[in-house]
Order: sequence, then structure tokens, then C-alpha cells
Amino acid sequence: MFESAIQYQAQMWQAIGETFVMVGMSVGAALLLGLPLGTLLFFYRKGQLYENRFLSLVLNSIVNIVRSFPFLLLVVALIPVTRFIVGTAIGTMAATVPLCIVAIAYYSRLVEQSLLEVPKGTIEAALSMGASKLGLVFKFLYVEARSGLVLGLTTSTISFISFSTVMGVVGGGGVGDFAIRYGYQRFETEVMAYAIVVMIVLVQLVQFTGGTLSRLLDKR
Amino acid sequence: MPYYLKRFLIKQFLNNCNTIIGQNRGSLQSGQEGGFGILELSRVSKSFKLKAGIYQAVDDVSIEVKAGAIYGIIGASGAGKSTLLRMINLLEVPDSGTVTVDGHILTEMSDKRLRKERQKIGMIFQQFNLVYNVTVSRNVAIPLELAGLPKRERINRVQECLDFVGLTDKAEQYPAQLSGGQRQRVAIARALANNPKLLLCDEPTSSLDPVTTADILNVLRHINESFGVTVVIVTHEMDVVKTLCSHISVMESGKIIDSFSREDGGFQPAAVSSGSYRDQILGKAGEAHV
Repeated sequence: MFESAIQYQAQMWQAIGETFVMVGMSVGAALLLGLPLGTLLFFYRKGQLYENRFLSLVLNSIVNIVRSFPFLLLVVALIPVTRFIVGTAIGTMAATVPLCIVAIAYYSRLVEQSLLEVPKGTIEAALSMGASKLGLVFKFLYVEARSGLVLGLTTSTISFISFSTVMGVVGGGGVGDFAIRYGYQRFETEVMAYAIVVMIVLVQLVQFTGGTLSRLLDKR
Repeated sequence: MPYYLKRFLIKQFLNNCNTIIGQNRGSLQSGQEGGFGILELSRVSKSFKLKAGIYQAVDDVSIEVKAGAIYGIIGASGAGKSTLLRMINLLEVPDSGTVTVDGHILTEMSDKRLRKERQKIGMIFQQFNLVYNVTVSRNVAIPLELAGLPKRERINRVQECLDFVGLTDKAEQYPAQLSGGQRQRVAIARALANNPKLLLCDEPTSSLDPVTTADILNVLRHINESFGVTVVIVTHEMDVVKTLCSHISVMESGKIIDSFSREDGGFQPAAVSSGSYRDQILGKAGEAHV
């Protein structure tokens, strides 16, 4: 395995780089859009502060539809959208589009779940102090839910790494694609094992970082 | 002189004025008839839709609370007293009736105005409802941030409030490290941060032991006497109202069925009505004045 590691060093570093781009972009999308979407899912829910059956139904349907696609089919189905946004449907940047869309839907659910764990009394206290909507969200909800939000993002990131492995179909590259092309299709089992070890290390690192951070942030 | 220093001095001066006025209000309270109505609930009602049908939590209740009073609302669980209290700052919006605090009709306000008014009404809860992921001092700072106070003044005010409740040394600890009584003190400091005129207390001592309860009641009385803050307190504990309150209303199935005011050290019934709590309140009223 060492030999193949040295032999394919350059390709492997490139693959890791591609994985980082794809996963990094989807984590960014999850935070930038998944977090607000999850917050809306939470607020519009029955029995919550801004209960709204119509908006709740609309947002839930969108999230559910995205999440029910087999991921490979979503990638294919989104090709026109990708072409519109990135200009091409092939390559690492193109691969980030479907990944980001799944990331937003996926993380929003975990955000909703974490926010549901914030005691209702905390929200009442915020309102009694005259907190605005943004004040409530940033000074109370996200603060109290932060360790859950971090754990959710950790779980999501690991799923994004897993999703990114099939991006070879649109030329997205990445460690998974490397394992399939060099290891599986060229019958070099060692290379495949090498790639899998790299994936395991990546996942362990993410889980360890997320778990530690979430623990440090939890003062409750 | 830098502008913040100027602002701080002016604020201190105004605070002192408030305190003096407050003290006068406090003395008015023992001279009974004086004091103006700081809080008025006029014919408020609230019902909830349950699976079993419509539940009338508060049924056409009117109360008037004079500035400087400590107004107690007592009753069994499910009598509607918490709902009534929560209607004062519109955490619960009444189905009908009006809520007036310090001359402002809250029930007719826009959301934005209402938020501003809420900043002048402190509230504490049975479960404290602190933000557990931030330190004690940050908990007290949050309402000041919401009110847009500049950082320098915020730090001073947090210090003052923590001094007042005797938690100066706990400023950098997290609520999880404190006892129940200390947590309620943090909640009180937080409620006082914006110099409220009115302090609403929802079963503030119901999850505390008797010694801590007495301790918290002392803090509340101290707030009332030294800052002239009007206190409305909801409880099911007879001792609490008897030791603390200048006025008592008894609530039962959504209505106020009896009320008393403290005069010459004893409680006097307001009208010719009777209720299950009457004997308890009148019985030992003479020794209740602690």
C-alpha cells in the first residue's frame, strides 16, 4: 500500500483537494442557507412562535422532495440548473451545485431539530425583554442550541463527504472518484484500500473536531 | 468631556431622581390612597382551544395596580393567574379588553412599540429561563444589548445589577454552576437591568426551598422599597402573598373572586364577597407584616 501511496501521491493530493472544494462549498451553503431555512421551518411549525400552516407546508414539501431523490438522480436532474449557474455541467465546480442543494435541505432539518430542543421558557424570556426577531434568533435560540447545531453540521459534513464520492459521474473528481477509477476499474485493490483509508481519516477528523467543539460550547 | 461620560452622568442623575421619586411612591403605599395606577387591566378575557372544547382561562377580569404596590394574585393551579400575568406584557394576547401600563395602551400598539414597552417591564419565571450557554454577566447584559445601550454603560449597569442581588463574585460563572436561589437572583438582576417600572413575577419561588424563598422575597421587597418598582406576583403559596404583598387578589376559574389591601398592618377585604382563601388571609394577617 505504501508503494501505491507514493506512486499516486500527486493524483491523491489533487483528489483530496477536489473533495475539500466540494465538501467546503456544501458546508458553506448549509450554514448560509440551510441555517436560515431550518430556522424558518422551526418558526412556522405548529405550536411555535410564527405558526403558519401554508408556509410550513411549502417549505417542508421542498425539503422533503430534495431529500427523497436518490442522490445520483438529483445530480442528473439538476444538470440544466448547474449549467445555468456555473456555465458547464462537468467538473468540480459543477458538482458542487447539486451537493449544495442537498446540503441546504439536509442541514435545515437538523437545525429545526436542534431549535426544538430549546426550552419554550427561554423564548418567552426573550419576548418579555422586548427582543426583536433577529435578537431572539441570535441572542437566544442559536446560543442555546449551538452545541446541537455544531453536532448537526458535523453529521452533515460527513454525509457530504459520502455524497461527494459519486460526483465522478459529472467529472467532479474527489477521493471517492479516485478510488473507483484507479482502484476499482483498474483492479488495483491496494489503491482502493489506500483511498478508503484516506476517507476514514477524513471522517474521523471531522467527527472528532465537531464532537470536541460541541462539547466545549455546551455550558448547560 | 467625552460624550459617553456625559451620557453616563446624566443617566446616573436621572436614575437618582427616579429612585427618589420611587421612595416617595413607596411611602405613599403605606399612606394608602395615594399613588397613580401604573397598570390597568380592563375587562380582559382569554380562552384556549383544547381538544375537549374551549377553555376560558381568564374571564372578564379588571384590575388596577397603583404605582409602588406589591400586588399578589393567588389561586389554585389552573385558576388562570399565570395567563392573567402574561397578558400584562402581552406574552398572551387577550381575546378582548385592554391592557394599560404607565398610560400606554399596550393592546393597541404596533409590534415595534410593544417591544420598546416590554423593555420597561421586567419579568421573572418559576424556571428562571436564563440563557445557560453564557455567563451570569452576559445574561444580565442581554436586555441592555436589546435596548441598544452602548458597551461602556452596559458593563457598568451589569455590575450595578449584580451588586444589587449580591452576585458580584459569580459574574463570570455559568448558570449551571449556581444554585436555584442564585439563578433566580440572576433572573432578577436581568429583569432589573433596564430600570423597569413594573416587575412581573410568575411563581418566582415555587421551585425553591423555604429558606431560599424567604431570601428571594427579601430581594423583591428591597427592589420595591429602594427603586419604587411596582411588583405583580402570581403564586399559589399563601406565605408569599402574606409576607410580601400590599394588595391581594384571589383567583378562581378565571375570575377574581376576592381582594384585600393591607391597611395598618392587617388585610382588609375590599368588598362584601367571600372565598375559600378569606380565612387564611384574614386569620393571621396581623402577624404577617414582617
